[in-house]
Amino acid sequence: MVIHTKKRDLRYSDVTPKAAYLNRRRFLAAALAAPLIAKAESKLTGISKSPLSTSEQPTSLEAVTSYNNFYEFGTGKDEPVVKAKNFHTSPWTVSLEGEVMKPKTLDLDTVMKLAPLEERIFRHRCVEGWSFVIPWVGFPLSALLKQVEPTSKAKYIAFQSFYDPKQMLSSRDAHIQFPYIEGLRLDEAMHPLATLSVGVYGETLPPQNGAPFRLTLPWKYGFKSIKSIVRIRFVEKQPPTTWNLEWGEAYGFYANVNPGVDHPSHSQATEVRLGVGRFGSKIKTQIFNGYDQVASLYTLMDLRRNY
Amino acid sequence: MKTFWLSKWTKLLLFLLCLVPFADLLWRVYRNDLTANPIEFITHRTGDWTLRFLMIALAVTPLRGILNQPQLIRFRRMLGLVAFFYGCAHLATWIWLDKSFDVHDMWDDVVKRRFITVGMAGLLLMAPLAVTSTAGWVRRLGFRRWQFLHRLVYFSALAGVIHYYWLVKSDIRLPLLYAGILTLLMIYRLGALVKKKVTNAARKPIPANI
Repeated sequence: MVIHTKKRDLRYSDVTPKAAYLNRRRFLAAALAAPLIAKAESKLTGISKSPLSTSEQPTSLEAVTSYNNFYEFGTGKDEPVVKAKNFHTSPWTVSLEGEVMKPKTLDLDTVMKLAPLEERIFRHRCVEGWSFVIPWVGFPLSALLKQVEPTSKAKYIAFQSFYDPKQMLSSRDAHIQFPYIEGLRLDEAMHPLATLSVGVYGETLPPQNGAPFRLTLPWKYGFKSIKSIVRIRFVEKQPPTTWNLEWGEAYGFYANVNPGVDHPSHSQATEVRLGVGRFGSKIKTQIFNGYDQVASLYTLMDLRRNY
Repeated sequence: MKTFWLSKWTKLLLFLLCLVPFADLLWRVYRNDLTANPIEFITHRTGDWTLRFLMIALAVTPLRGILNQPQLIRFRRMLGLVAFFYGCAHLATWIWLDKSFDVHDMWDDVVKRRFITVGMAGLLLMAPLAVTSTAGWVRRLGFRRWQFLHRLVYFSALAGVIHYYWLVKSDIRLPLLYAGILTLLMIYRLGALVKKKVTNAARKPIPANI
């Protein structure tokens, strides 16, 4: 199996020239008409290896890009890879606002250049009881957040995903409210493990994985790692989050990986590491998904109550 | 049409058709074509087919009446047994692949998770029906008692639908579809029962030889 083809050696900004995205409508029509749609991902260069990476065997690119929870593009995990195919992420902007000294709207090119790119191979534990090992490409989320100088009132950060009902499911069909929203405490967001991922397996993110950039919070259940971010708001009070609104007993605000706190529908004591053997391999789940360096963020907290 | 339904070849063909989903599953296991999450895939497939065959088996009685094809009755037992077969495959997947024969873990789930409790109950209810599905057992129990026992299948189907409804995360469209189908199938039976009572009552003054 070919994991990925390296046909081009372009910088991100070279991939989508302005003229191309101004012609987006025409391009879209052509793409829809064409029997084969060219691969949209491009190779990222100048990536250094992060010391935070695990040495565990990464899950195949095929599994990582074809088994996704991205309800905007379908509630089945095999749907986003198909339905997000024509999701175009250029032009793209993200606004940083709220309790900050210098609110800003940054475009994609600017975000891509905020910090040196690192390969961060992280365990990814889904709240449903399965896990991957994923070689993300990105940089510390703090590099983005520092751009706007949070005020002393900024205690939490509220994130919001892109949402366009014309190319995505309606809230009614997905049975969760859109746009998807997530939140972190400021100290969690500033932790070196909190990552803004812009790529996977050395290339830009495919749409189904949250292009053009998403959070990667390896010590939390996957649903916290919000995809395709357009809005980042610094706030004083704990912000609402999508799955918590949907089913609060099952999905807490913190959602730290914790084998001692069950989901109402299943135990979280074990997980199936997918891609190992024919049926996956059952392993014990570790507190904070094995990322003990975040424990100091929660020393005074009852993790049973703040699940 | 009657001879078609009564042909042993029709029954054999239907039997083979019932096994197509299982053959497909085995073929996928052999080819390693089970998505990124094989256990979840096998669990969902076997569970889906259990519910589908339960609904198909329960549709036999209404279809006999609506299509006026009473011969269809000869497929009902087989369809019920096929539903039980997929249910057993579903349970085996859970015991073997999901729980790795960990009895403590399984007991924990049965007691703590209501969707597993109700699913297990639904499947256990089917076991005595599968055992007593032979002509010998109909004779031994007497038709009335046998029929009474086999009405348990209604509760089994209801348990299956509730099991599905409780386990989905947010998208309840499919569980509701099954609930709707089951409701229609039960309404038909209720209607038939009422009609029978009315006809029986109306018949009383009429002499028996007419």
